[in-house]
Amino acid sequence: MRLAGKVAIISGAASGMGAATARMFAREGANVVIADVLEHEGRQVADAIGGSARFEPLDVTQEESWAAVMAATTGHFGKLDVLVNNAGISGSAEQDFYSTEAWHRIMAVNTTGVFFGLKHAIPAMIANGGGSIVNLSSIAGIIGSEHVHIAYNASKAAVRLMTKWVAVQHGKDNIRANSVHPGIMPPMRTSGRTADPAVRAERMRFIPMRRPGEVDEVAYTILFLASDESSYITGSEIHVDGGVLAI
Amino acid sequence: MDRLKGKIILISGGARGQGAAEARLFVAEGARVVIGDVLEAEGRQLASELGSTATFVRQDVTQERDWETAVNAARKLGGLHGLVNNAGIYQPRTLMETDSELFERHTRVNQLGCFLGMKAVVLLMEQSGGGSIANISSVAGLRGSPGAIAYSATKWALRGMTKAAAIDLAPRKIRVNSVHPGPIDTEMLNVRTPEQNRQRLQLVPMKRMGTAEEVASLVLFLLSDESGYITGAEVAIDGGATL
Repeated sequence: MRLAGKVAIISGAASGMGAATARMFAREGANVVIADVLEHEGRQVADAIGGSARFEPLDVTQEESWAAVMAATTGHFGKLDVLVNNAGISGSAEQDFYSTEAWHRIMAVNTTGVFFGLKHAIPAMIANGGGSIVNLSSIAGIIGSEHVHIAYNASKAAVRLMTKWVAVQHGKDNIRANSVHPGIMPPMRTSGRTADPAVRAERMRFIPMRRPGEVDEVAYTILFLASDESSYITGSEIHVDGGVLAI
Repeated sequence: MDRLKGKIILISGGARGQGAAEARLFVAEGARVVIGDVLEAEGRQLASELGSTATFVRQDVTQERDWETAVNAARKLGGLHGLVNNAGIYQPRTLMETDSELFERHTRVNQLGCFLGMKAVVLLMEQSGGGSIANISSVAGLRGSPGAIAYSATKWALRGMTKAAAIDLAPRKIRVNSVHPGPIDTEMLNVRTPEQNRQRLQLVPMKRMGTAEEVASLVLFLLSDESGYITGAEVAIDGGATL
């Protein structure tokens, strides 16, 4: 039970990587809050996990929504140990890579959404004597991408550095913050071009392991960083990408 | 309890410090270990403490035949699934204080030793269904380090060799990653004074040294199947020193 007794909020946990992470955390003894804007799917994930798992509605772009999730979590469980900023949208379904509307929308979810999460979770962690924050960035937070709106690269690069800021500011509060950088994964809910089998086949040549990742492979990395097993790791990045960034 | 169940792991420099912490942790997680080191007394002592799950071999990492001996020890146990290139020397001198002999000694042990290790294990790992290699670099392989130019050169080298090896070995189902510890509380740091070591902590957001057990925990993750999509990566374990 690698997260025994820990309370964890996972944003965007109604599907994909977030849901896989929630299931894994619960299996390892955590009390999980599945926070998502998709209420129906989110409740289904929480019900399937059972036990102490709860669903809370969360629109990451709205600061009051984050405040409400925090109040519900600390109200019910008494504390917060782990925050996983996983909610995010792809930039690969945009027709116009210079769309201003898309720029604001993607930045709002992927970057401002993370900012609000940090802003509202960190005081609770300080009060609890520490915590672990895992932020989902991407290989697109480190290298430029071909198939996505510019905001995807910008938003994921921002998350990488925001993570390091937290590590500097709050190392003394016993709060660790690390970023995870998945590579080519199964298509996100919001994926467009990158869900196209022809595009995916062509991208394999950039991956030394010649296959996409699996959501559990990212979930295991998040688990390691959330748990006390990574107690001297902060301000770090873990690339889960089959070797893309080695090239 | 069983995150390395059924695996056989080779650890160079396994007689003390981080290597010894890894041997203990891996055995606790179900692995059998081959401990290689030039420190025979400590190495044999550790192996005897760990019992039937551990084998000691005398190993000078600069010698190909010693790598062959270590790999044969693993083959006798049934295969090989993990390698920790942990052996290394740290004799810090400024650039002006460093002569070619010191530079080359670091290169042979830290860099050549790691290369020989990777090369020595490939065939047996491949025959065993694949495996994971963790090369122990340092924060001195991510940034500039004052007064340790020979050491730094080798640690930057390990970082790059790891990525090259990850690409070359991916088709053989062997992952290769580098680990970059910051200040860790082991005998390696005895070469600095306690005051010097304390000064360094100013640069560490967590304001403390790490422990050998904390490094072992990261290496465990990288050698286990949980990190199955992680290769060519560099992971810093440094209390935030190299953000």
